[in-house]
Amino acid sequence: MTAAQNLVPRLLELAARRFDQDTSGLAPEDDLFEKLGIDSYQAMELLTDLEEEFEVEIPDYEIQGVNTFGGLAEVISRRL
Amino acid sequence: MIHPDAYSSLGELLYDALLTYKSETAFVEYNRKREARRLSYLEAKREIDRLARAMQELGVCAGERVAIVMSNQPNWLLSATAAFVRGAVLVPIDYKLKGDEQRALLAHAKPRLLVTEYGEWRKMEQQAEATHVWVTDAPEGADLGAAVRFESLPREVEPGEHIARARSDQATLVYSSGTGGDPKGCVLTHENYLAQFRMLSDIFPMEVGDRYFSILPTNHAIDFMVGFVGPFAGGATVVHQRALRPEMVNHTLRKAGITHMAVVPLLLEAFERRIREKQDEAGPMAKRLFDALVNLNVRATLDKPRHRLSRSLLKPVHDAFGGTLKMLFCGGAFVDPARARFFYDLGIPVVIGYGLTEACTVLTVNDLAPFRADSVGRPLEGVELEIRTADDESGIGEVWAKSPTVFDGYLGDPAQTAEVLHDGWLKTGDLGWLDPSGHLHLVGRSKNMIVTPGGKNIYPEDIEGAFDGLPCEELAIFATGYVWPGVALTDEGLFAVVQGAERDLKAKLEQRNKRLPDFKRVTGILSWDDEFPRTASMKVKRAVLAGELREKASLDSIVRL
Repeated sequence: MTAAQNLVPRLLELAARRFDQDTSGLAPEDDLFEKLGIDSYQAMELLTDLEEEFEVEIPDYEIQGVNTFGGLAEVISRRL
Repeated sequence: MIHPDAYSSLGELLYDALLTYKSETAFVEYNRKREARRLSYLEAKREIDRLARAMQELGVCAGERVAIVMSNQPNWLLSATAAFVRGAVLVPIDYKLKGDEQRALLAHAKPRLLVTEYGEWRKMEQQAEATHVWVTDAPEGADLGAAVRFESLPREVEPGEHIARARSDQATLVYSSGTGGDPKGCVLTHENYLAQFRMLSDIFPMEVGDRYFSILPTNHAIDFMVGFVGPFAGGATVVHQRALRPEMVNHTLRKAGITHMAVVPLLLEAFERRIREKQDEAGPMAKRLFDALVNLNVRATLDKPRHRLSRSLLKPVHDAFGGTLKMLFCGGAFVDPARARFFYDLGIPVVIGYGLTEACTVLTVNDLAPFRADSVGRPLEGVELEIRTADDESGIGEVWAKSPTVFDGYLGDPAQTAEVLHDGWLKTGDLGWLDPSGHLHLVGRSKNMIVTPGGKNIYPEDIEGAFDGLPCEELAIFATGYVWPGVALTDEGLFAVVQGAERDLKAKLEQRNKRLPDFKRVTGILSWDDEFPRTASMKVKRAVLAGELREKASLDSIVRL
């Protein structure tokens, strides 16, 4: 498993918690906006949670064009 | 406060501020919850001196252009001031545009120097038509191509030499948020800015101790004026937050003791929602007490704002904004009068104005004496307004303006310039009417106006206002004939495009729809998945959105009411 894949379960758990959903319904390849029913504004809130959880800083431009949980994990793993 | 009449250029005024307010704080920059940078005016001067020197080495001088594509941060204002010191023409470009759009504007402006940040430079695929490029915030070891790392520019150097400019010389080249077509670069002079600043500073002076939170893009006229020229001239502090996320914005508001802020209507709406949610959580008893205090405040501020009194009466609300907020500037799009009223009643005046790039920043502004939520204010001193070709019945016509803030024309485009400038008057393209007290009321853009088969004029902005607050993320009104021209229709009409609709939207929209006069009613709803394309000031790009609708949807996609 790659470093990014290792991050996915924690990432899904955080996303599920923030938006009050069940992790079992979420998969790495899912479109996070569609699956969580969130907009870009809320995605920024999720990004802040992730920064705190993983103790990294991710500039906003890094997540432009990222729309899956796996893609998000990739961005985080590059900063770890 | 520094008085603009004593100066012949923006560069002179800004540089004098650095000397006048030496020990005051010019900048506080937050990165998330951490203070990342703080500069006094003297420290800012040292930075500007060395940047001006580095620009001089690259041949930046009078008439040469310096473009900035950067999110809000001190380096934006430091670079801009250095460019002015060198007598250069500043080209502020919207950092929210797509990379290829930014490159197109740069190809039009052909700057000698582009100052940008790593994220933007990557977005442009590290290519732009600029002789030199400086890039801030690049990670260690990043390959910047031919660009130079901003942070590694020489430190211990002689200050760059100042180049004087006259008031009539060009200060900036600003691209107006035109919808499609060739780039329209507005030529604005030092006189335009200095005259505009004088008009505004008389009504809304900023002073030492004031702290302005800069979140509207600095390339936008409002932030440039009230978040750069204004604070510098008054020795106030400009506060930036590098991660513009809701939580961080709230944190900065509280932490930095913000006194002034410019927002777009969408953000104002988000603030209102938050306040109302808090009220709902507090329970009915607390709400009744709160309402009583609001009523007291309303009575006490009928003639003018009284910050201190409002703050003590309505402490919890004010504390949510840091407890020091004096006023919000709002512009860029139509502001719902009820929303502006809501904030004023809480003791937070929302200053509404009206302007366009072709007239620098604003032509009219609500001077809060007394507060009026229903108009975009009175013309500023020195601004003349005329309503031309007015409709006999409604008084609505096209707004024309004569003012020292009116631009010189579009760069290299005499034909377009001749269309909007006539004998010193600017044809704004906006429709409105003046009331007996001289307040301007806007009804829409003339190019957006829809003429019904019955000959009635309809303004989509007006109908959108009537649907404000419905349970959806975004809503825009179009005429079917505009989106799908030439398609034979039996029932041409208006329809609402909605994005992010909640389940009860249709019912609620129908309710409101019934209250509108016949000819203003929408006949259907089109659900749309993508966020609406918007300009830097968050105005919906109607022509672009119409193009997307034309491409991806059809008349059959409209759900009839």
